[in-house]
Amino acid sequence: MTRKDIPARGGNAVEVRGLVKHFGETKALDGVDLDVREGTVLGVLGPNGAGKTTLVRCLSTLIRPDAGTARVAGYDVVRQPRQLRRVIGLTGQYASVDEKLSGRENLYMIGRLLDLSRKDARRRADEMLERFSLTEAAKRPAMNYSGGMRRRLDLAASMIGRPSVLYLDEPTTGLDPRTRNEVWEEVQRMVGEGTTVLLTTQYMEEAEQLAHELTVVDRGRVIAGGRVDELKAKVGGRTLQVRPADPADLHRLAAEVTRAGLDGIAGATADATEGVVNVPIVSDEQLTAVVGLLGERGFALAGISTHLPSLDEVFLAVTGQKTSAPSEAQDTRTDEFQEVAA
Amino acid sequence: MSAATVSAPTAAPAHEGRIGLRANVRHIGALARRNMLQIKADPESMFDAVIMPIIFILLFTYVFGGSMAGKGHEQEYLNYLVPGLMAMQGMNIAMAVGTGVNDDFKKGVMDRFRTMPISRSSVLVAKIVVEVGRMLVATAILLGMGFALGLSITTTPLHLLAAVALSMVFGASLMWVFILLGLSLKTPQAVQGMAMIILMPLQFGSSIFAPTAKMPGWLEGFTKYNPLSNLADASRHLMRGGPVAHSMWMTLAWAAGITLVTAPLAVAKFRNKT
Repeated sequence: MTRKDIPARGGNAVEVRGLVKHFGETKALDGVDLDVREGTVLGVLGPNGAGKTTLVRCLSTLIRPDAGTARVAGYDVVRQPRQLRRVIGLTGQYASVDEKLSGRENLYMIGRLLDLSRKDARRRADEMLERFSLTEAAKRPAMNYSGGMRRRLDLAASMIGRPSVLYLDEPTTGLDPRTRNEVWEEVQRMVGEGTTVLLTTQYMEEAEQLAHELTVVDRGRVIAGGRVDELKAKVGGRTLQVRPADPADLHRLAAEVTRAGLDGIAGATADATEGVVNVPIVSDEQLTAVVGLLGERGFALAGISTHLPSLDEVFLAVTGQKTSAPSEAQDTRTDEFQEVAA
Repeated sequence: MSAATVSAPTAAPAHEGRIGLRANVRHIGALARRNMLQIKADPESMFDAVIMPIIFILLFTYVFGGSMAGKGHEQEYLNYLVPGLMAMQGMNIAMAVGTGVNDDFKKGVMDRFRTMPISRSSVLVAKIVVEVGRMLVATAILLGMGFALGLSITTTPLHLLAAVALSMVFGASLMWVFILLGLSLKTPQAVQGMAMIILMPLQFGSSIFAPTAKMPGWLEGFTKYNPLSNLADASRHLMRGGPVAHSMWMTLAWAAGITLVTAPLAVAKFRNKT
């Protein structure tokens, strides 16, 4: 997708200060601070047990924090839960719809619970079914839906009340890549319509796709934050990837770039499995120099691209550990699902 | 998509977020509809309400009826038994509420309800509304079967309706107990086990199946305070004549007491469930 521009104006839709939640001995949240600006997507990235789900459950009034404050759309999560529930939507890792009811009945019920008239609730349900491509399956019980359809129904259910703030707790965990892309498209569309989103995820790619800003959490604490590209810039430069048209050129190409000794370029490595040569660079001048050199030497190229470091690398750099670190903290019951799904 | 294609039903104003009575009734209606659609999707869940009354009435009338009233006089026992079974049925249905709630409340949809601007008690009240409906079905079948076997009512149909209403009121109060159990225990099996421990002594240590006069003194004492005895006696006297006031007021007092204690606990439990 194209680079996401952060809307310039607008305050914070979500403000969290010093949020603490213990489960017995375990500190699921250990003083979390974060902001989500209106109309943007904040990605909360962290491994299993980092406290992501606990955070979402606190912010959606499902559990009370032990200390700290959190305001959503100006409402305090502890003191004004009723008002807060009018402006939020929540889609968890597991489907929060009634499996025995059809898609339409689920959406109609939620419309009625949100004080729509019978007529409006029916119309809104049909609108949402249409929008989330569920019209054909509208009359089938949700238990017969595929994983992706269920997640879409779940998103539709969350959108019935036009929430100004939407929490997505690992919205694509356990989904296949195609379905995952569908969910991403829907989320991007909602954001395009002005919804503020707090997204938790373990998937780096997901955060890159959807988030304007990122907060990295680990063991209940925020360990890094900022714009996605800022965070990457902290970790290092870019990698130039060159794909020769003839795979046989791979090693010769890498050797030529290394031998040329271009200013500031340490060397090139051939990646035979991918069929590319990786050249670490730090500036656009170096990019131009490498491309110029390859042209001079007459290499036929099939592709050329630059890559920022992956968020896996970002995570490794800021936490000093791999993201798949075994979880010590109990991040509420939903983690069981994650582990099965992972 | 442009904002114009989506019509704009606005959320109710956020007057401090309080949920008014009318909104509450509407929410309970929508949630009760959900519970009924669940039954429609899974008709087997009505077995206990449809089949059990038939089994109970046949079993008890013909297994015990002869010994109780003398061979060939089963009908006399039937007249004694049916008001008692009406009382028992409420308990059996209420028990099913406990296991159902335990199962239901593990599902993600409960998280959705708890993040919506609805009163948290409405989810529980809706369940009770539908279960009272199931009790009515079970009672209708019990009475229909009873009449087919020769049950006779010596009072008026109005008295019969009062007996039915009384067992509904008491059954609804018991549902709060089992909802509380269902929310407190971990598995449906545990709920069922616990429910049996509560139910068996109450059902059999009562005047449901046999007059208490021939029981040992200590047991007779227990049955006097057993609300199921009160309910069975009240129903019996309403259907067959006799002094109604004492047992009826006792039953209503029990129903009120049970509800006042367990309903707030159940709602609090639901609210704080993580």
